[in-house]
Amino acid sequence: MSDVSTLGLRQSRLFTASEILGYLVLAVVIFIVIPSALDAFRLNLFGKYLTYAFVAIGLVLCWGVGGILSLGQGVFFGLGGYCMAMFLKLEASTPENTAIQSTPGIPDFMDWNQLTELPWWWVPFNSFAVTVFAIVAVPMVLAFVIGLAMFTRRVSGVYFAIITQAIAAIATILIIGQQGFTGGVNGITDLRTLMGWDIRPDNAKTILYFVSGILLFAVLFVAHVIRKSKAGRLMIAIRDREDRVRFSGYNVANFKIFVFCVGAAFAAIGGAMFTLQVGFISPTLVGIVPSIYMVIFCAVGGRSSLIGAVYGALLVNWAQTTFSESFPELWLLAMGALFIAVVMAFPMGLAGLYDDYLKRHVDRVLAPVDRMMIHRAARRESEKLSATRATQPAE
Amino acid sequence: MFDGYTTSELSAIFAMQGFAGLSLFSVYVLMALGLAIIFGQMGVINMAHGEFMILGAYVTYLVSIFFAEYMPILFGAYFFLAMILAFVASGLLGMAVEWAMIRHLYKRPLDTLLATWGLSLILQQIYRSTFGAREVGVSIPDWMMGSIALTDLVEIPINGLFVMAVTLIIATGVGVMMYRSLWGRQVRAVVQNRTMAGAVGIDTGRTDRLTFGIGCGIAGVAGSAFTMIGSTGPTAGQLYIVDTFLVVVFGGAASLLGTIASAFTISQTQSILEFFLSGSMAKVLTLLTVVGILMLRPQGLFSLKLRK
Repeated sequence: MSDVSTLGLRQSRLFTASEILGYLVLAVVIFIVIPSALDAFRLNLFGKYLTYAFVAIGLVLCWGVGGILSLGQGVFFGLGGYCMAMFLKLEASTPENTAIQSTPGIPDFMDWNQLTELPWWWVPFNSFAVTVFAIVAVPMVLAFVIGLAMFTRRVSGVYFAIITQAIAAIATILIIGQQGFTGGVNGITDLRTLMGWDIRPDNAKTILYFVSGILLFAVLFVAHVIRKSKAGRLMIAIRDREDRVRFSGYNVANFKIFVFCVGAAFAAIGGAMFTLQVGFISPTLVGIVPSIYMVIFCAVGGRSSLIGAVYGALLVNWAQTTFSESFPELWLLAMGALFIAVVMAFPMGLAGLYDDYLKRHVDRVLAPVDRMMIHRAARRESEKLSATRATQPAE
Repeated sequence: MFDGYTTSELSAIFAMQGFAGLSLFSVYVLMALGLAIIFGQMGVINMAHGEFMILGAYVTYLVSIFFAEYMPILFGAYFFLAMILAFVASGLLGMAVEWAMIRHLYKRPLDTLLATWGLSLILQQIYRSTFGAREVGVSIPDWMMGSIALTDLVEIPINGLFVMAVTLIIATGVGVMMYRSLWGRQVRAVVQNRTMAGAVGIDTGRTDRLTFGIGCGIAGVAGSAFTMIGSTGPTAGQLYIVDTFLVVVFGGAASLLGTIASAFTISQTQSILEFFLSGSMAKVLTLLTVVGILMLRPQGLFSLKLRK
């Protein structure tokens, strides 16, 4: 089989050998190394970090692949988290549990704020199915509206970043201001059970860690497929030369809206898992500062690498916890220096370092595997071709 | 929402809230002017702009302590020296930052945003270690205390008036520099066509550094003026940065007049709404309106007609 005939396959197949190896290593790290090396408390912390990785993966698609920097991912993370928290809070606020309140059966913070009735938009969150739907749908609708308004008017780059940042600011102020409906600054706390299953003990947290891990791989798979699809390749073209793509007859805005919505959905899934893992959600996870941190997770991992984003989220958060435990003063300095260093010296992050120094060696080792995979794919392809020829009636 | 107020009370409310809005307007304009120069002219997003402002505020604080300690006779006039020193300190820091960081990132505006955010974290921590986490206030000279009673219901604080006067002077100064001075001509030339500006002998690198420095210096003066109406903490700069960016974008990034007009609109809307709604809802409504208008008209209120 000649090189020319396999060239197309080499570029278009879903996974290369080194990508498969990358995902395998990540799976080993997440499912074996981290759980066996850490105690339940630390594992719960890593469960929290994993939920940030969802956001980082969404940002890789938006920013690294699509060139759209959103500084408002915290809003989507928060929306997912709040949807989940509303369901859990309603489950925790049974009339028996809240008998001491002046209005039993509504969440405690509503009672403190003199509400006597559940607001209408809380009511659907009594149902788990609706909640799961809302976790993904609400942020996607918001992202769609923002995207539709901005991208069809060709707002991009720094303007988009500033406006999404303003939206993050608005969301925080709104949540804090509407204390009776949202729990205010404290957020929604004291969450107990998920459909009767207690989420507070250590073993529940451990199970949730693995659930997050599995969901993370599902999200990674979806992101990978999008990345390798024609839409993904077009997104890269849009990032590099938007006008040329437009002149080639593609509707650039639609692709941008699509990828922005996907990023929002990923962030929201992360937010929902955050609520489960940590047991609360609050406006401190919605605003400008967390949104920018989410971008830096992605930047440290490598803005255009899906696997890198996961490592970035885990590493930066782990460093933050370790550092701020022992040197609270130095932490901000270190974080600031990290921002500057990543931008100035390693714009491609950890993934860039891997590409520069390790990838060559890994590729050399994997070359035979890769060649075998291509041959197999080529054989399958030709068998399929001859099969269709055989079924076609002869003229 | 107007029930229960008489006409004279209503007009007094509007006058007082309007004046409160003018104070907010002054802060917005002072912060936004520096940002409008840096962002509007150079296209650089400086997330550390608030920290440059706070630097000016801390310089003012130090100068006020120095005067109170060593030259109590001249205490009434310390503010003028403080403003000059604030301009110099913030401007020099700005030029250093431009040299070390920004000039390498002109082609990557989104990365500038992240790098300057990192810078703002570092500056905040430095302020916190140096001046403590608590907010510090400067003692205002006697002549700035008190207020002028216009009618029985309407009183105007003198320090607010002073800040407004400073704003007016600086805004006029920036306008004159931008449209009359050699530097202003060079900046506008570089913005419109960098290659041609370089070809006719303008040192574009130096112009950039000077522009960034002047923008930061104005932020320093803003911080200095800010101490007259509020106290200064390490993270105070962050509170205003998003609003200020919105002001600049809403006004049309490259237009100084637009910046002032949008600062006026936003501050007045917010302070008048604040009287009738809770503070947070007033802010939400104002910001939402601005974002909504920006979605419909991304180029802002005033836009340059440039061929791109």
